Amino acid sequence: MIAAHDDLHNKLNIEQDQDVKQFLTFFMAEEEYGVDILTVQEIRSWEEITVIPNSPDFVKGVINLRGTIVPIVDLRLRFGIPAIEYGPLTVVIVLKVELENASKIMGIVVDAVSDVYSIAEHEAKAVPHLSDSDNAQYVAGLVNVGEKMVALLDLQKTMDI
Amino acid sequence: MSIDLSQFYEVFFEESFEGLDAMEAELLNLVPGEEDSETINTIFRAAHSIKGGSGTFGFNSVADFTHVLETLLDQIREGSRDLTAEHVNLLLKSVDCLRALLRALQAEQQPDLTEADELRIKFEEILGMRAASKVAEPVQEPLSENSINTFQIDFKPHHHLFKTGNEPLYMISELAELGDLETQAFQDAVPDITDLAPEDCFLSWRFFLTTEKDQSCIEEIFEWVEDDADITITLCGGLFGDEVAVSAAPSTQVETDNKNEKAATKPDAEVKKVSAVKSTTTNTESTSIRVGIDKVDSLINMVGELVITQAMLTQLGEQEITEATIASLQEGLAQLAHNTRDLQESVMRIRMLPISFVFSRFPRLVRDISQKLDKQVELKLLGEQTELDKTVMEKISDPMVHLVRNSLDHGLETVDKRVAAGKNPVGTVTLNAFHQGGNIVIEIMDDGQGLNTTKIREKAIKNGLISEADDLSDNEVNELIFLPGFSTADQVSDLSGRGVGMDVVRRNIEALSGSVEVSSAPGVGSTFTIRLPLTLAILDGQLVRVAEHTYIIPLISIIESLQIDITKVSRVGKDLDVLRLRDEYIPILRLYSIFNHQGAIETLDKTLLVVVESDNQKIGLLVDDLLSQQQVVIKSLEANYQKVDGVSGATILGDGRVSLIVDISGLIKLSGLRKPGSQELIIESKANLEAS
Repeated sequence: MIAAHDDLHNKLNIEQDQDVKQFLTFFMAEEEYGVDILTVQEIRSWEEITVIPNSPDFVKGVINLRGTIVPIVDLRLRFGIPAIEYGPLTVVIVLKVELENASKIMGIVVDAVSDVYSIAEHEAKAVPHLSDSDNAQYVAGLVNVGEKMVALLDLQKTMDI
Repeated sequence: MSIDLSQFYEVFFEESFEGLDAMEAELLNLVPGEEDSETINTIFRAAHSIKGGSGTFGFNSVADFTHVLETLLDQIREGSRDLTAEHVNLLLKSVDCLRALLRALQAEQQPDLTEADELRIKFEEILGMRAASKVAEPVQEPLSENSINTFQIDFKPHHHLFKTGNEPLYMISELAELGDLETQAFQDAVPDITDLAPEDCFLSWRFFLTTEKDQSCIEEIFEWVEDDADITITLCGGLFGDEVAVSAAPSTQVETDNKNEKAATKPDAEVKKVSAVKSTTTNTESTSIRVGIDKVDSLINMVGELVITQAMLTQLGEQEITEATIASLQEGLAQLAHNTRDLQESVMRIRMLPISFVFSRFPRLVRDISQKLDKQVELKLLGEQTELDKTVMEKISDPMVHLVRNSLDHGLETVDKRVAAGKNPVGTVTLNAFHQGGNIVIEIMDDGQGLNTTKIREKAIKNGLISEADDLSDNEVNELIFLPGFSTADQVSDLSGRGVGMDVVRRNIEALSGSVEVSSAPGVGSTFTIRLPLTLAILDGQLVRVAEHTYIIPLISIIESLQIDITKVSRVGKDLDVLRLRDEYIPILRLYSIFNHQGAIETLDKTLLVVVESDNQKIGLLVDDLLSQQQVVIKSLEANYQKVDGVSGATILGDGRVSLIVDISGLIKLSGLRKPGSQELIIESKANLEAS
């Protein structure tokens, strides 16, 4: 009986843990965005890239990640935000994205990495439907962290290129 | 105690298919009247293990069918029946049939038993047992099905039972799983302790099993010991209930005795079990790829060296850096590079398998076809140990089958014709494989009539592939058979020319970055030569520069590279330039414009052109510069991105940068040079060009 009780207890704990997720956030055009930290493989500095012919403009090209060919997406261009020159703070966040039938390693170019927040799932609010913004579809939810608002990305939609 | 048998299914199928392959190979060696007992024994053993295995796993359809086969083989083995050609044919058919049954079972489908039943009837006719025992069995089944019956089972093992590795306790517990089991053990045969041989079995049992299963389930349990014990199973309804209860009491005591006795014998049984488990694990691995132990050992050695080098470098890294450490550091790095290269080569070798895996299917194929065509053919296999990549191997098999069929059907003459031509009545088809440079070469040779150039010419003219006026050498004429649309209706026979022409063979081989060519001499024979890269993972590439981008063109598709002489360029239509190269017109594709790159050289004069060939069409690729040639490891773009038109893959260059590999046929499509739905380029007709 005691064991069963403990089991139940553990389960509840796990469920609580599952509700709270850690998010890595980054800046793009003064806005802060977040991705589930478990999808993040590594953070790299911007480096020279091989262009893929006839690809959409937001696909910057491919890099060699220790023998794996990884495509890099410029998130500014993906969201239709005007591009800026890449600088020393420009980073590439390498993510593992679970797409419909495969998991792919892809990188995103962002202005700068910000912080890691623990966010409970129920704190996230739905995105208000704004007819004039196509970008709303890429955002899974909005959360307030202190004074700031962070947009949590729907990676599947964002990286479905 | 219950074992989940399903975990062994894959092993069973694997072994059975291997057994069938062995049976097939041996059957093909059999010549009626001069068979040797070893061959028959091998076939018999293969059949026997398939029967045993399928019985154990409950694949009764296979077990029953193999049983008749085995009976026939047993009689032949004992010499009580002579082997005839009919037997061999029937046995070969059964091999096919069994293979189909097992495939169906492996795919968890209901096997189609019609063919098996037909073959079984034939076997039973030969054996003279039709309508005897086999018919009796099914009658029993309906009676026992779905109703609860009690069986009396008398099980009297022979003394040597334990030595065969069988453990009665397992069988008893299996029986107990079928239903209510009452056990009675007889110990009257147990001798005095001084005479007791601990490895012998002196006990016998009587079981009463109340179950809804039928008798065959019980027989199945005792299947492995039927030769080592006297077993009688009788159906006795529910009558024995009371008596069983009475006899149950003494049985417990007997069983304890029995256990003590068995303690002595158990180690032996257990050792056998362990070894059985071992052999299964090795077989499970073989479902994917079979690697020679020497290859694995050499890998382990290399990893060992790598670890040592790494340890050395770590140690150096911890020291203070002086002149001396730098020298040894450089030395260590050189060693690391060496180790890595060795390791890479060895890992590549793991994917290599001897070509005998492909060759082994041909003896049967040649036998069947030559019988059908009534030709006498001898098949020679050479260089069976030549190794090539597993992926290449899987894909080369079908084109080879097609070529061999062609040789048999069209190449080799009938016996009469051969005799008339003063040749050996038995025709020869030779498959030969060898390494040449970085390629593997497979030759398919026959000593038949050779290609009929006049006929090919006529056919090509009729199909509009060449014109009456074209003056072609014999070799050029022979090459025509690889063109799409050459295969014509009057060629269609059961064997070749069923719409899968030689053009498909060529296309399949080219898809593997290989090539195929033919040489032929009238009356002497023809030879098809297939050249393939050793592996699909590595390719020889020519690095080229387009604007600031580096691309790789597969060396195998490059014909030549040249500087454009502007006087030989003419413009066709709105924006297509063609270069007159000797007697051909080569369309010029501007790589920078197809790939949308800015900053490349756009003028044609004196610019470099790489002439490549794909699907029998030559095109010229305009590039800024030719860089080095090197071997590159092919990486997939699709793994993390998607298919890119005009690009077949990517690779990583020595400096760590990614470079894309150009896909020639994709480029042609991308450029819109080819009419949609057609194999031909838009600028095909020479006459048109000359007019313009």
